[in-house]
Amino acid sequence: MTAAVELTGVSKHFGDIVAVDDLSLSIGDGEFFSLLGPSGCGKTTTLRMIGGFEYPTAGSLKIHGAEMGLLPPNKRPVNTVFQSYALFPHMSVAENVGFGLLMQKVSGSEIQERVKKSLDMVQLEHRADARPRQLSGGQRQRVALARALVNEPEVLLLDEPLGALDLKLRQSMQIELKELQDRVGITFIYVTHDQQEALTMSDRIGVMSEGRLLQVDGPQGLYESPRSRFVADFIGEINLINATVVDVNTVALGGGTHVEAETGRPSGVPVTIAIRPERFALHPGDGSPPEGRNVVEGTVTRRIYHGDFYFYDVDTAAGSIEVKEENRPSVKRFDAGERVFVSWNAGATTVVED
Amino acid sequence: MPVDLENAPVEAVTPELERDSEKANARRGMLIASPAAFYLILFFAVPLVIVFVYSFATRSSTGLTLLEGWNLDSYRRLWDPLVGEIAVRSLVLAGTTTIICLVASYPLAYYMATRVGRTRYLLLVLVMIPFWSNFLVRTYAWRVLLGTDGPLSQLSQALGGEPFRILFTNTAVLIGLVYGFLPFMVLPLYAALERMDWSLVEAGRDLYASGWKAFRRITLPISMPGVVAGSILVFIPTLGAYVTPAILGGAKTTLLGDYIVSQFLAARNQPFGSALSFAVLSVMLGATVIYFRTGAKNL
Repeated sequence: MTAAVELTGVSKHFGDIVAVDDLSLSIGDGEFFSLLGPSGCGKTTTLRMIGGFEYPTAGSLKIHGAEMGLLPPNKRPVNTVFQSYALFPHMSVAENVGFGLLMQKVSGSEIQERVKKSLDMVQLEHRADARPRQLSGGQRQRVALARALVNEPEVLLLDEPLGALDLKLRQSMQIELKELQDRVGITFIYVTHDQQEALTMSDRIGVMSEGRLLQVDGPQGLYESPRSRFVADFIGEINLINATVVDVNTVALGGGTHVEAETGRPSGVPVTIAIRPERFALHPGDGSPPEGRNVVEGTVTRRIYHGDFYFYDVDTAAGSIEVKEENRPSVKRFDAGERVFVSWNAGATTVVED
Repeated sequence: MPVDLENAPVEAVTPELERDSEKANARRGMLIASPAAFYLILFFAVPLVIVFVYSFATRSSTGLTLLEGWNLDSYRRLWDPLVGEIAVRSLVLAGTTTIICLVASYPLAYYMATRVGRTRYLLLVLVMIPFWSNFLVRTYAWRVLLGTDGPLSQLSQALGGEPFRILFTNTAVLIGLVYGFLPFMVLPLYAALERMDWSLVEAGRDLYASGWKAFRRITLPISMPGVVAGSILVFIPTLGAYVTPAILGGAKTTLLGDYIVSQFLAARNQPFGSALSFAVLSVMLGATVIYFRTGAKNL
């Protein structure tokens, strides 16, 4: 089966600036794929190259096996939902949605029918005659979606489409968007800097930094086993702790504590291990240390209330560790200055590249 | 009673106090606007009223304006075929000037608006440079350029062509008007295109519009306020233009501007000149209102 989108060795230079650096990526048919990274990482440039708004400096870009080369956007089987929606202010909602069909010389009656169906799909049939400026942010977002999907593109490109919405609306739109994608079965390529958004919706995520694609994986793989320091740090909260390899499944932390980790490196090599704050458990420091090998002792320096959980900063011989514990009666709460043991399971530790 | 809100004692707000504060604000706004308003009333509105009154007055046999025997004779004379001929000629000339300016300016304004940084400002300055020298002087320069022994004519002859015979014709007036009013078209168009959200054009291209279709259906309609503003700024002054036709035009090609002037001076018929002025004014006003109505509906 051919991939929906296949990028091979794609680079984009703007003068001296390398926006995208030798990127290769294959996105499957019907996949919800997210490009995730901080601003300026090249994710939007990559999306714009797929849409035909920028041409690669070098490399091959295929959509369902067909080379795109220097084809302009109107000759590509993709449609885009723009960041600011880019709805035409001088046209009604229905005219906006029907624009692509009109340009493709679809007959008037068919346009009417498909526009209606499309607006039904995003529950905006009652606003067909409104102007974009009369709509709320969420409604505009839906119109932009309908305007792209009405053309039944092979691939839908979405450039941070939820960025302008407030948190609650964004969360409900995320679910709506995912359900919509399941329903229409079109390949979605979604650009975002919001890791939570990417984790919630995507089948697979590609993390980018400085024009390079660092890791492509499912949400779980990316969160649980980040390969590099950047990916570990960018996705969620994480503790990065300096350590030295002791043997194939042990590292020594600062202060000499030995803990389990799949190292795959020779003895004596300095490495960074990554552990999520929620993977730690705190125990009273005046009792006996908990069972198992992965335990460090320390002092709570700060506790931050976060509603549904607490964040602790614990000062240990291995450095300062951030611990996240649920706010539940059964979880003991500690105050600043208390001695504690910090423990975790071996599977929580990942060795990351710098 | 006006309240000195700045120095009033600080107390809890009541509806009366809030109303007084709003009134004081409105008064302050009026005070700020008053110098310009006063100037306009004194030097624009008052003379206009005088012209309006004169248009109903009687002309004595010696050419004096008598403020008695009020009548509509001057307005009746507007239906004179000669006036119609002059009006049509002026409308055609103003319309042609506007269209030429629009067609020539749009690509330039588009180019300017899509440049970045210094190039854009340099181009803007270049468009405005002609304003730095006197309009009259620049129009006389055209007289030299277009003359039968001027440089263009000489070039034509050197290449084996005919000498130029366009000075003192409507063509010369048209050239002069287009030249003079081009910046008034470029600047509003530039302002409209500069504000343009180009992602709309990208969206158009994404939705299968060719470059031309995207321009026709998106860029042009959205820049329409600039087109309207530029057209008004060119059409209205050229309809009543006096200096350019007087210098570059011929005696046979009377236009509204010099016709009105001639009524006030040579013909010594101030009532008819006033009526003519008012007729032109109301046509312009009507056109402006229609333009803004349709323009406002579009966006």
